Amino acid sequence: MIIEDIANLLKNKYSESIEYLEDAKFIKVSASDWNDVALTIKNEDKLKFDYLMCISSYDCGDKKTYGVAYNFKSTSLNHYLEIRIEVTDEDSIHSVSSIWGSADWHEREAYDMMGIKFENHPNFKRILLADDWEGHPLRKDYDTPEYYRGMPVPKDKTYWE
Amino acid sequence: MKASDLSVLNKFNKDNVIVEKLDTLINWSRANSQWYFQFGLACCAIEMMAAAGPRHDLDRFGNIPRASPRQSDVMIVAGTVTLKMAERVKRLYEQMSDPKYVISMGSCSNSGGPYWQHGYHVLKGVDLVVPVDVYVPGCPPRPEALIQGILELQKKIKLQSPLGKEV
Repeated sequence: MIIEDIANLLKNKYSESIEYLEDAKFIKVSASDWNDVALTIKNEDKLKFDYLMCISSYDCGDKKTYGVAYNFKSTSLNHYLEIRIEVTDEDSIHSVSSIWGSADWHEREAYDMMGIKFENHPNFKRILLADDWEGHPLRKDYDTPEYYRGMPVPKDKTYWE
Repeated sequence: MKASDLSVLNKFNKDNVIVEKLDTLINWSRANSQWYFQFGLACCAIEMMAAAGPRHDLDRFGNIPRASPRQSDVMIVAGTVTLKMAERVKRLYEQMSDPKYVISMGSCSNSGGPYWQHGYHVLKGVDLVVPVDVYVPGCPPRPEALIQGILELQKKIKLQSPLGKEV
């Protein structure tokens, strides 16, 4: 199926939470209905997206919203889909790690680097940085700390040499 | 005896007896059995493995990899030291028994390397957490460069005075 057909199929079921602009390469889903939509695209006979290839996250800049992009493939029907969800700092997204196992670490990475929170995740903590790290480094408004546990982390060496 | 003089063996006379300072003997044995701590942090570790392999053969200098800090004399910090790893590196260094030496291998552990300006997660030089004896430049250094670093460390060890005053 091409993405227009997928968007129409999902719009029939979840009219309010699906947003698809013409000629777009992705479908936007609101965070509130995401768990139901995820179960649908996994189990619906015409969709059968059994493979979650990647989860990426992005910073929308001045709007103070942060986005997640899910890339799916159906190995049996051989078609692809990108779904995007955008949330503010206060909101969280329902975890899909119980539906696609590969989401587990990808969601933890999205949290570690971009600070996107996922609900109902089985082991929700940082994956790469230390547990007591402050901030989320890939956010556009991130400031590199001066010290971490007494070790200097300056942007350049000039002022402590 | 000059520090660079390796020729203790040449001093045997007909009676198979030599007279030499004990310092020299200790330094000679320490310099030629630098058992190094077998751990790598990034791509420099690949070059360290190549140096330990049959083509470059670190064993001929007495450098044998040990998998435990308690059996090692030299820590070769081979790779990028992240802030998360820096504390582990320091702890492993403290677990090594004296005398212990550190070779900082490659640009990352010398100065932060390509991460020196914008790397929020990289320690800007392993010398901020452990004392370094020899710095080996390169990104990554070829095995020949690491071998030269090891030979420089041998020279440094031979300048020490284990029984006398600290140099």
